[in-house]
Parts: sequence; structure tokens; C-alpha cells
Amino acid sequence: MALKQEGRDRYKNFTRRALLIGGAQGLLFSALAARMYYLQILEADKYATLAEDNRINLRLIAPPRGRIVDRFGTPMALNQQNYRVVLVREQAREVERTLDSLAHIIDLSERDYRRILRETSRKRAFVPVTVQDNLTWEQVSRIEVNAPDLPGVSIEAGQTRNYPYAEPLTHILGYVSAVSEKELTGDPLLELPSFRIGKQGIEKQYDLDLRGAAGNSQLEVNAFGRAIREISRDEGTPGRDLVLTVDAELQTFVHMRLQNELSASAVVMDVQNGDVLSLASTPGFDPNLFNVGMTNETWNGLISDPLSPLTNKAIAGQYPPGSTFKMAVVLAALEAGVAPDHRVFCPGFITLGTSRFHCWKRNGHGWLDMYGSLRESCDVYIYDVARKAGIDRIAEIARRLGLGADTGIDLPGEKPGLIPTRDWKLATTGEPWQLGETLVSGIGQGFVLATPLQLAVMTARIANGLRVTPRLTRPPLDGEAPAELASLGFPNDHLKVVRTGMDQVVNSRRGTARGSSIDIEGQEMAGKTGTSQVRRITMAERAAGLSKNKDLPWRRRDHALFVAYAPVHAPRYCCAVVVEHGGGGSSTAAPIVRDILLEAQRRDPAVNPPIQLVAGERPA
Amino acid sequence: MTRPRTSLLFGTTAGLRNPEMSLSEKLWQINWTLVLLICAIAGTGFAMLYSAADGNMDPWASRQMARFGAGLGFMFAVALVDVRFWYRHAYVIYLAAFALLIAVELIGSTGMGAQRWIDLKVIQLQPSEVMKVALVLALARYFHGVALDDIGRVTFLLVPSALILFPMALVLKQPDLGTGIMLAAVGVTVFFCAGVRIWKFALATALGLAAIPIAWQFLLGYQKQRIATFLNPELDPLGAGYHILQAKIALGSGGLSGKGFLLGTQSHLNFLPEMQTDFVFTMFAEEFGLAGGLTLLGAYALLLAYGFAIGLRSRNQFGRLLAVGLTCNLFFYVFINMAMVMGLVPVVGVPLPLISYGGTAMLTVLGGLGLVMSVYIHRDVRISRHGPGDEM
Repeated sequence: MALKQEGRDRYKNFTRRALLIGGAQGLLFSALAARMYYLQILEADKYATLAEDNRINLRLIAPPRGRIVDRFGTPMALNQQNYRVVLVREQAREVERTLDSLAHIIDLSERDYRRILRETSRKRAFVPVTVQDNLTWEQVSRIEVNAPDLPGVSIEAGQTRNYPYAEPLTHILGYVSAVSEKELTGDPLLELPSFRIGKQGIEKQYDLDLRGAAGNSQLEVNAFGRAIREISRDEGTPGRDLVLTVDAELQTFVHMRLQNELSASAVVMDVQNGDVLSLASTPGFDPNLFNVGMTNETWNGLISDPLSPLTNKAIAGQYPPGSTFKMAVVLAALEAGVAPDHRVFCPGFITLGTSRFHCWKRNGHGWLDMYGSLRESCDVYIYDVARKAGIDRIAEIARRLGLGADTGIDLPGEKPGLIPTRDWKLATTGEPWQLGETLVSGIGQGFVLATPLQLAVMTARIANGLRVTPRLTRPPLDGEAPAELASLGFPNDHLKVVRTGMDQVVNSRRGTARGSSIDIEGQEMAGKTGTSQVRRITMAERAAGLSKNKDLPWRRRDHALFVAYAPVHAPRYCCAVVVEHGGGGSSTAAPIVRDILLEAQRRDPAVNPPIQLVAGERPA
Repeated sequence: MTRPRTSLLFGTTAGLRNPEMSLSEKLWQINWTLVLLICAIAGTGFAMLYSAADGNMDPWASRQMARFGAGLGFMFAVALVDVRFWYRHAYVIYLAAFALLIAVELIGSTGMGAQRWIDLKVIQLQPSEVMKVALVLALARYFHGVALDDIGRVTFLLVPSALILFPMALVLKQPDLGTGIMLAAVGVTVFFCAGVRIWKFALATALGLAAIPIAWQFLLGYQKQRIATFLNPELDPLGAGYHILQAKIALGSGGLSGKGFLLGTQSHLNFLPEMQTDFVFTMFAEEFGLAGGLTLLGAYALLLAYGFAIGLRSRNQFGRLLAVGLTCNLFFYVFINMAMVMGLVPVVGVPLPLISYGGTAMLTVLGGLGLVMSVYIHRDVRISRHGPGDEM
């Protein structure tokens, strides 16, 4: 019985303790349930968000860049489908063997091999590695045909910017290139490895318009980053197409015409509205090189070239305008009350104090009136009237004609030139203005600097007396008539004096550019030559007899300039050409301007209307 | 001496006064509700393994089903064997399991940086899993033979303590912290049920706490890392804390009703680690939500309740200790696994019984349940303190 009693005690004890343990386990299970409630109900939103963040990967889709077309709709910058061959490691059974087979179709250098092997081993197995970019059609089709023998190899299509005109339009259009570190604005679009932004020219100026808005693709990804499926896709907004005022064919012509010279620039404008039809600067470069990647050698060649092919000299080249500045002086003199028939005798020089100021014509022009001073580009006459007008008045007129300040053309990198005044000199050098400097400024030398574009604007403003400003794009009309151009405030008879002088420069027997006249009725041009020195001619040189330009080293030769508008009686086009170190304005620059203005007028739809096909009719 | 009994839980026990039963009588005695519950939990496991393989039977679900089938047969076999057989052979089984533990130390395969398996071709045997059952058997047998008064003496506790500590030391050396902790916990529970004085547990706990700084020295780098990570998982979300964080995201994003079968994003997009083994519950809770999670927890609670009831119903101390000890073993599996994936305790590598993919755990859990059933079938068998041969 004692044993039995003991067994009963043991059972009682066991029962008590088993129930205790069971109770404890019940409590712990309740804790689990509470924890589940906490995670799945109270914190559910937080974890649901985290799960979505895990799962969804937003990928940007780069919008197609807007095209750039010329005034007739001819594309000058467009996007070209480009094909590259990529390799996916996990699909290629053996990367090296596949590359060997691929090498029979495309050229693969030892360096390519190493790069591809390095990238494939470093990146995740499903990430495509670019084997080669910019494949030709033939290569693409040969790879496609051999696809069964090339596991893991596929062709991907991308877009590259293409400039069909290449060099002639490069300074207007600029180019696109990969985004640099300091251009990052926080816009994730810019961080796409294949994204390109405008670096120069119109591409830079209108980059935001051309760029468009990024689309995006919501991808479901797994823990390794592999895309499983696309959840939604927004293609984004393609970039806006841009119509320029440029005439691509004329631009090509101008570019070709400048090829005879080492370094030159030209601007052709519509004097009525400021449309820039052509804006050329030579030498140039092929903007397509910036897309497909250029070698270091090519790049170093471009930046160290003394002819600075990367600079758009038409807007950023600042030259002493030489005699092309004389129109401003004549207008200032007229405003100062000098009459057009004011006569000056030119003996070849004038003396001011102890200094002698020479005319370009050593033996002098003799007696000349105001028209003659322009026609024959007499320095002595200009010295005389410049003195009468005073530098500040000349400066004011020059500024009104568009010199000495940015013209406001829609291109980056424009230079303002320089028109000196008394105050300017005092402020910058601390010295007072000298009268001699007025004389030197009068013939567009000394401090005076202008860009070819400014000279074109000046010519346009003289030709129609209105505040013409250059533009490469037309503002959207929005149904309204284009705003009238404001008058510059020059009296008509003053402008007429200058225009007549310019007419005589080309079309009079004694004009400095008589050799470059246009003989087609209604297309004649009026212009002004300029030859600006880049060095001071010493007394000793002058005594020894002036050396001819062609005997000087190129760097020390004079710049050749010519500005003109046509037709002379109903101005439509103006043109300015600066040939760096080209020698004389009349001998070098004037013939170029003549050819350009002839071509511009030949291409004018009003002169040669394009053939219109009437429906149902065929030209015989 | 014996008298007919009725039980609320198990219905009538008439006809069972004679402990020697025929096979068919025993079959009738199997508690089929319990079997059904086990099958339901295992079925949930198949569904989760099917989902873990993105809706494929291979590679996990089909093999798990085959194992479960075999395991179920094993369970019945164990259940039908007389509980006195298990009593007699308890130490032999313990010694065999201990020998396996030593063998795994010598010839075992290394997995996840620890020696845990013996490759038996058919199955990758994990002796540490077998040990969990064998330890309960041995302790039950030992305490069965100790009078309540003697349990008060410290000398009587030396042998059972050694029974726990030796295998535990081997398991910790593998190193497998999770199983080591489970062996200790199960052992302590059996001690407790056997009637060891409560102040002794208090003393052991105090000593244990005092030993933590010393034990820390013996922990391996990755074990320390896991504990540090457990204390602050968000500290290193891409490194060691990644698993816990992703598991919590899976759980939490499941919400009340879950994302639906096969629709868990965390699991199907591979954010969840080891979702077919230790983290299978997070996947379940992601796809079936709080509702599913609580249901599963309830199913386990019911399973445990059966275990306790069987223990309480047994007429011999061996059977009582065996049933409750094995039930506690099952409890520790479930609790440690769930608490670990919910971020309540450090990640220590304990599977979810009947659900996680794995052969040995499935077999030992079913074997253990078989023993519990054997205790039930033979609940009226009396075993004297000195063994079945000395029956009163």
C-alpha cells in the first residue's frame, strides 16, 4: 500500500507539473499569436510597403530625342537605329568559345576579349555585356543567321544621334555626348548610361525641348535583381522637333566656299526678320564622332589645332572690324551734323601732334566727299569725321547697329565684341582717352572688336533701318502676326548716304570691291570691304616700304572682311565674311560674299519658285 | 485491482483491462483524430513546398510526400509496439543514438559549416534529431525507476544530467546551437515533470546565467553574429540581418488574409531565405495571412493538447514522462522555429515539424508521435518501478 500511495503521489505531482508546463506552453503560443497580430495587423502597412519596394523596380525609358530640321524640313539631326551585339553569360555555355565563334563574324581585338571576359565575370549572370557597338547591317544579319551556334549572343537596338550633313552644320547644331559628373541635376534620366545631352550649339541651347520627358517601366524583380515581368509601361513624351531658320543646302555651299581658306567664318541673314540662313565656321569637325566615341588622338588633335576647329568663329571670333566699321562712323558724323558733301583732301596721311596717321592708300585719295570715303575706303576722311563726331557718339551709333554687345542669337558661347568709350577706357585702364584713339577706332582698329555675326546684324540694320536681331528658330506664332521690328531711329537720308556709299563700293568703277559685283539684274549687292591689321606697323617698316601680306607669316597677315546685302534696291539677304589672316578684304573676302549672296538669291523661293506638282498633272 | 474507466477525451476503455492486446485491437485503439490532425499539418507542408517551387511538385513536395508516407508507416509501427518494449530498450536506443552522434563527428558530412549528417544514401541522417527522441526515452525510463522521495537527492540527478550533457556537448561541437538548446530544454522539462524540486531549477538557472559570459567565449563567430543580428536586425539590412528582415517583411505584408496561395512575392521572388526549410512559416503566413497563421498555430496547439492528455491518461510513469517529454519536444520545435522567424529569438536552425522540408526531422517527429500513440494504446499497462517483469 505504501508503494501504491507513493505511485499516487507521483501521479499527482506529475499531473500538477504537466499542467503547469502545458499552461506555460499555452502562454508562449499566445505570445506567438500576439506577435503575429503585431506584425500582420498593426505593422502590416509598413511591411506591405517594404515588400512592394523589394518587388518593384522602376526603370526609366529614355524618350527619343527631337529631330532638328532646316527651314525646308530637311533633317539635319536625327536618331539612327544602332545595333550592338551583347552577350549574356548564363545563356552562353562557354563565354570564351562563344567569343571565338563570334570573332569569325566581327573583329574582336585582344583588348576586347579581355574587357568582355572581365565584364562577364564581374556582372551578374543575366546582365547583358556589350561585345561591340555600331554594327553594320551585314554584321547584324550574319550574327542572326549564325544564332544557333552563338548561345547567349543577341542583337540589341539602340538609338544614336546622327548628323547627316556632318561637318558643315556642326557649329550650328553642336553635338550630343555622354552626361558628365557636373551636369547631373538630380534628374534620374541623366543617370541612364546610354543617355546623351546637348553639349554645344542648338543641341545645348534647346536641350530641354529636344530631350522630352522620360517614360518608365515598372518591373517586377526578384532578390537578385532579375526582371520577372513588366507591370506597367509609360513611354514618356518624345522630344520636340525643332525647325531652324537655317537652309542646310546654303550652309553646305557656304562651308564649301570657305574651304579655300585656312580659317574663316560667314553669316547669312534675312535682313527682313533676322532669320539666320547660314552660319559657318571653318575648319569644323564631324559631330558624329562624339556619339560613336573618338580616340584620344582625334580629340587632342581637335583641341590643340591652331585653327581652333571647335570654336564657332562666327559668334565667338572677335576681330577688329577694320573699314567695315566706317559705316558707323559716317552715320555718327551725319548725326553730328556733318553734311554728305563735306569734302576732305587725302594726302595719304594726317598729322596729329607728333603722330602721323596713315591712309591705306600711300599716295592719298585726293579730294573726296562722304560717298567717296566709303567707296574708296579713305582712312583720312574717316579720321576727319570721326574727330568731328567724337568717340562716344560713334560708340552709341555702333551699339545701335548691334556691335559691342551680345546679339542675343539662340546659340551658346556668343562673344560680345568691344566698342570703346571714354568711360570704358578710364574704368579699365585708368587712363584718359586719347584723340588718336578716336582716329584708330574710326577705322575699326585699336580697341574695337566685333564678331562676324555682329557685322551681319549691322549690315542688316543699315539695309532696312530696323532693329533686326538674329535668330535660328522662329518663335511659335500662336495665331498672331509676327511682331513688327522697331525702328533704329536713323533718319532715312542718313541711311541713304551709307547705302549709296556701299552701293558704290561694289558697283562703281572706283569702288574697292568693284571686281566682285553681281551683274544679274535685280540681284546686285552693296557692301563694304575691311582689312584689319593684327600688328602695329612700325615706322621703320613703313620707311622700308610696306611688305606685301603674302610675304608675312600667316599669323601676322591681315584679316580679310567683307559685309554686304542684296538686292541693293530691295534688300533681302545680308552676308558677312571674315577670313582670318586672309589678306585684303576686297581680294579675299568680297568674292566669297558675292558667291554666297548669289547662291542665297538663287535659292530664294521668290526668285526660283520650287516646282509645284498639281494633282493629276505631270511635268512634261 | 483494475477497474473499468471512462475518459472524457478518449471514450470508453472497456475491454482494455487485459494489457495483452491483439493487433486488430490495437489498431482500433489508434486515435484516428490525431492521425488526421497530423496528416492535415503535413498536407499544409506539401502545399507550401509546392508553392516554394513556384507551383511544382519537384523538387520538394513530391519527395516530402514520399517521406511522409514512409514516416506514417513508421509511426504506426512504433505505435503498435508494446510500450514495455520501448521501456526495456530505452537505454539501448539512447546508446545507439549517442553512437551515431559520435559517428557523425568522425565521418559526417558537412553542411552549412557544421557536421550534421551521415549519408545513408536513402536518407541524410541527422543523429542529433534522433537524439531528441532517444533522450526523452532514456530520461523517462530513468525517472520511472526513481521514487519521488529519492528525486530530492542530488546523487539521483547525476545520471540524468549526464544523459543530457554528453549528447548536448557533442551537438554543440558540430556546431548546432538550436538542437543543443532543444536537448537541454526537453531534458529540463522531463526533470520538471519527474518532480525535481523547483528551487533546483532556480539554482540551475542562476548558474546558467552566470555561465553566459563563459559560454559566449565558446560560441563560434557566426553564432555570435546571429545573436548580435537578432538583437538589432535593422543595423545591417543587407548582411546578416537580411534574413530576419526579409522574413518579417514577408510575414507583415501577408496582413490579415494573406496574398493568396502561390502569390507570395517575398517567397516567389527569392527574397526569403531557406523558405522550404526553416523559414517555411513566413511563406505560409505571407500567402495565408494572420488567419492562416493562427489556424496553423491552433492545429499545433491541438496536437500538443493531445500529447498532454495522453500523458495524463497513462497508467505508468514511463508512459507519462515519455508522452509529455515528446510533446514538449514538439512544442520546442514549433515555438523556437516560429519565434525565430518572427524575430523573437535568434536564428538557430530549428525546422517547423511536419512542414519544413527534411527527412530526418520528419521521421523523428513521426517516430516520436508514434511513441506517444504507443503510450496511448498501452495506457493501461502497468509497469513496476523496477521494470515490467516485476508487475504488481
